[in-house]
Amino acid sequence: MPGSARGAGGPAATAWALPLAVLLATLAAGFAFGLWATAWWALLAIGFVCVVLLAQELESRLALRWRGPFQRGLALGFPLSLLLIWELLAGAGILNPRWFPPPSQIAVALWELTVTFDRFNRSSLIGRPWLVPQVVSEQGWAGVQELVRESHVWATLSRVLGGFLIGALPGVLIGMVMGLNRTVRMMLDATMSAIYVLPKIAIFPILMLVFPNPFGEGPKIAVVAISAFFLVAISTMAGVQGIDKVYLEAGRNFGASRWQMFRHVILPGALPIVFSGLRLALGTALIVIVAVEFVRADRGVGFLIYYYWQVLVTPRMYAALVVVMALGVGLTALLQWVERRVMPWRRN
Amino acid sequence: MSAKIVARSAEKRFQTRAGWMTALRDFDLEVAEGEFLCLVGPSGCGKSTFLRILAGLDHATGGEVRIDPGPDPRQPLANVVFQEYAVFPWKTVLHNVAFGLEMRGVGRREREATAHRWIDKVALTRFVDYYPAQLSGGMKQRVSIARALANDPQVLLMDEPLGALDAQTRAVLQEELLQLWEESRKTVLYVTHSIDEAVFLGDRVVVMTAHPGTVKTVIDVDLPRPRDLSVMATPEFAALTGAVWDALRDEVRRAMAEQA
Ligand SMILES: Nc1ncnc2c1ncn2[C@@H]1O[C@H](COP(=O)(O)OP(=O)(O)OP(=O)(O)O)[C@@H](O)[C@H]1O
Ligand SMILES: [Mg+2]
Repeated sequence: MPGSARGAGGPAATAWALPLAVLLATLAAGFAFGLWATAWWALLAIGFVCVVLLAQELESRLALRWRGPFQRGLALGFPLSLLLIWELLAGAGILNPRWFPPPSQIAVALWELTVTFDRFNRSSLIGRPWLVPQVVSEQGWAGVQELVRESHVWATLSRVLGGFLIGALPGVLIGMVMGLNRTVRMMLDATMSAIYVLPKIAIFPILMLVFPNPFGEGPKIAVVAISAFFLVAISTMAGVQGIDKVYLEAGRNFGASRWQMFRHVILPGALPIVFSGLRLALGTALIVIVAVEFVRADRGVGFLIYYYWQVLVTPRMYAALVVVMALGVGLTALLQWVERRVMPWRRN
Repeated sequence: MSAKIVARSAEKRFQTRAGWMTALRDFDLEVAEGEFLCLVGPSGCGKSTFLRILAGLDHATGGEVRIDPGPDPRQPLANVVFQEYAVFPWKTVLHNVAFGLEMRGVGRREREATAHRWIDKVALTRFVDYYPAQLSGGMKQRVSIARALANDPQVLLMDEPLGALDAQTRAVLQEELLQLWEESRKTVLYVTHSIDEAVFLGDRVVVMTAHPGTVKTVIDVDLPRPRDLSVMATPEFAALTGAVWDALRDEVRRAMAEQA
């Protein structure tokens, strides 16, 4: 184990020589006997273990103050080297570039997608913000609205954020009431739990019937809102019920009124679980909206993915996937930022 | 001196699935104004139950339990220092200590000034803006004590407040608690499992019987005040703890036999 070698600090050359040898042998054997085609998963597993051992060994040889930067380097370097390997494999034709276009091509596609305007669909990825000054001088705000409307990212973002807010706020409210009032809880819990397990995308057809314009934004935002609502309501209820009784008793003993109890004990006590519900709901909102855009949309990043898959422009499809990832990361970071502001006591 | 806490034939029964269960029966007790009274008894004998009734967190099902002269709009009746500290993790030390005053509608400036004064007294000045998660167990319990005292209740109720602490921290806090009490001479009801602690802190030690809980014996602790930990090395102290233990032993045996 490298752990023991690190502890002893001994000059064990084998600690790095052995995994390195195994790694090289694995790679060589893979190519020599054509094992990649059949046993690629085993080769990958062995290779990965060797790389981990090597990295640990390397870290143990570093001065203490270099270990932090080294670990951050790993966090960044490992995915980068994966991309590099992908690039090389696709370039060498080992990976079929038709289905797995090299990252460089995806980057180019992402750039093209950003700067081009699709005349047929009258859309662009982010709405060509560099045209804003020109458009404002020519057409005023109406022109800017036009630009916003052509943006796929904006379409997805507005549906996710709109639906999330419309669903999460009442979710928190109902969840609180359910957590506080046993009668309400008894009445709603079974129903909520039943709907909770239903994949919300399945009710999309119904929602299309309900709204006057089945192809408009209404049903799309509604399906996101409904998904968020149940998740948030149920976790808020759990959060309220999970508050340690001793805090409620402390509140009562110090004479808190009903409102004070809510404001000073129940709300902050439930917040951690409420936020884990919100995180879940945000993730679900993104899944749902992409699925909806697959089926029924002419705007949105989900639409892009599906469209470029249908016309077999895979680099652009991957580019759209990258955009979805970026949206997910950005929205999650935003929520975490809110979370840190709202719950400063959980900072460390 | 007049009685501050009065319990007369107090009874508390709980409804459980197996039927009614009597936690307290024929419980008679008077605690004088300004007295430090310690309550010991085998586990499950109803000490916490009695304390919760005094704290207004539960009601007696029979007899009478009251704090004299009763509710006063200017001064809360009784505040608790809980065993699990129960300081709010989401409030800073300052806001925890000011909590009772805030609930009573005391203005911000006044309540924070009061809180600062009590935080100084429990030696947490450096930590006013810390959250409980950043404090040790002993510090959290100091916050809890300051929170109760800052609210200036007529009676201070403590339910094994130092039970979860290590022996050294516990000894230090016992002394600090006595110093604080010497300044205010508030009526204190103090539940503990430690006989040494009960004798060291109390004016009297009440020994309860195993469940259903009643008062078995009351032992007067005539050790001179102010006390410090050196009193524990005196023969008088040993004699008193011996007397408490004599009264308690059979009850603990009974309680254990019942649970077995
Ligand atoms: N809410 C309740 N419902 C039913 N029984 C209860 C309830 N609270 C307490 N009891 C029972 O009442 C008895 C006395 O409990 P109490 O907590 O007052 O004991 P205690 O003397 O504080 O014990 P310990 O020293 O272990 O803290 C116990 O047998 C307990 O099981
Ligand atoms: Mg107890």
